[in-house]
Amino acid sequence: MIQLRSVTKTFDRSHPAIEGVSFHIRKGEFAFLTGPSGAGKTTVLSLIHMQHMPTSGEVRVSRFSSKRIRRRELPQLRRRVGYVFQDFRLLESLTVSENVAFALEVTGAPRSKIGPKVQRLLGQVGLAARARSLPRELSGGEQQRVAIARALANDPLVLLADEPMGNLDGRAAAGVFSLFRDINALGTSILMATHDAELIRRHSDLRVIELEDGRMVFDSVEASA
Amino acid sequence: MRSLREAVAGFRRAPLLSGLSMTAIGLSVFIIGLFALTAHNIDVALTGVEERVEVVAYLKDGTSSGQIEISRSEIESFPEVREVRFVSKPEALYNAQRELTEFSDVFSDLEVNPLPASFEVRLNPGFRTPSHADAVADRLSAYEFVEEVRYGREWVDRVYALRRIAAGSALMLGGSFAAGAMLLIGIAVRMAVLARAREISIMQTVGATDGYIRRPFLLEGLMTGLAGGGLALLLTRGAHAAVERTLFSVAWLPLEWVVGGMIFAGLLGVAAAARAVRRELRRLDVV
Repeated sequence: MIQLRSVTKTFDRSHPAIEGVSFHIRKGEFAFLTGPSGAGKTTVLSLIHMQHMPTSGEVRVSRFSSKRIRRRELPQLRRRVGYVFQDFRLLESLTVSENVAFALEVTGAPRSKIGPKVQRLLGQVGLAARARSLPRELSGGEQQRVAIARALANDPLVLLADEPMGNLDGRAAAGVFSLFRDINALGTSILMATHDAELIRRHSDLRVIELEDGRMVFDSVEASA
Repeated sequence: MRSLREAVAGFRRAPLLSGLSMTAIGLSVFIIGLFALTAHNIDVALTGVEERVEVVAYLKDGTSSGQIEISRSEIESFPEVREVRFVSKPEALYNAQRELTEFSDVFSDLEVNPLPASFEVRLNPGFRTPSHADAVADRLSAYEFVEEVRYGREWVDRVYALRRIAAGSALMLGGSFAAGAMLLIGIAVRMAVLARAREISIMQTVGATDGYIRRPFLLEGLMTGLAGGGLALLLTRGAHAAVERTLFSVAWLPLEWVVGGMIFAGLLGVAAAARAVRRELRRLDVV
């Protein structure tokens, strides 16, 4: 479903942010993308989200290929690929439910369907009671849950999460992680960038792709094959 | 509705810049309006002049009445010609005496009538231009009994040239002001985009189309443009009133011109906004 083939990305003629990276994430899979800061994890996620295009190689997401996609097709791709940031990126002036509804409104979803769907999503992330709160009234963990509900709004095939627990304390992080597991259990693939070695160790059943200095140095699927 | 709300918020965010953009559009369209007023009044004057465009063919003495009758019906059959009036020598003298009273002594002392007979040829509407008058004059000169053909060619030419100058100046001056206005709107819209960069990048992340993101900015451009057009209309109206009061009576612009001016101002705003927002969206999203 997500496929990277010998992908290299160079920004501004400096040395490549990633080089020759290849892997394949299947439908329903949960994988960690790990490595030290600057290893190229965020670059990989942004290439899958097609915020950037590879300098060489190819990124395929469902039916979209980085080689052929047109600018006007990007919104369709982005609706199939949810994105969760470390810093939540909520709109501070909107309430919790408005932040989630926003993701549906921009796609032109009918108003009659937005309300019920937002309620269902907030229920799924355990925030039904906070629908009218503003982001600043929520804890970090709760804010990240709102961001996850927003990322799920358009029923994506995959969630890309960039250090989603990076700003959270232990308990909130555990809660958010278990939410990701629940979402994955319902069939959504998840690719989570993290440099939290402890988290990876605790979930040794999940796939691990490791980057170092822009190159892929380990893939647990290949290692076990 | 969302677009409208955000467009209004755009005005509130940078009122000075929005005001400047509106004034710049207003001034550029005002300049075009002033020249349009000039061109239109020249047009009105020209119609009056054109109605009087007359080609006069002076006939040699001794032209027979047979020749006169035949040629007269020939000339009347020219497509450009509305009517042909024959003015005989005595009639010409009588007219001269009547119109030039200060020379009445000179005329009454004459032993021989020096004035030639003539055909006064009036043209049909649509043929009252220098080039048609020229063509008719040429054909009249071809008759061997025609001594000379005259019409106010130079004068007509000059009025036409004046009209062209007015239109050309409107385009040049108005155009350069319009370019300045576009720059200002571009800056205003770019600032509005930057102020909302975070929101726009979230929109892009969750899959909003460029059209959805662009709409409020285009609406803001349209509103700025129309407001500028309204300002230009007020200024032009004011200038018109001032001329009427202090100098002479001038015609106000036809409704189509006014509507055209407003549409032009609106489009100017939209075009400037579209250009700016397109550039900024591409900068925020990297494809």
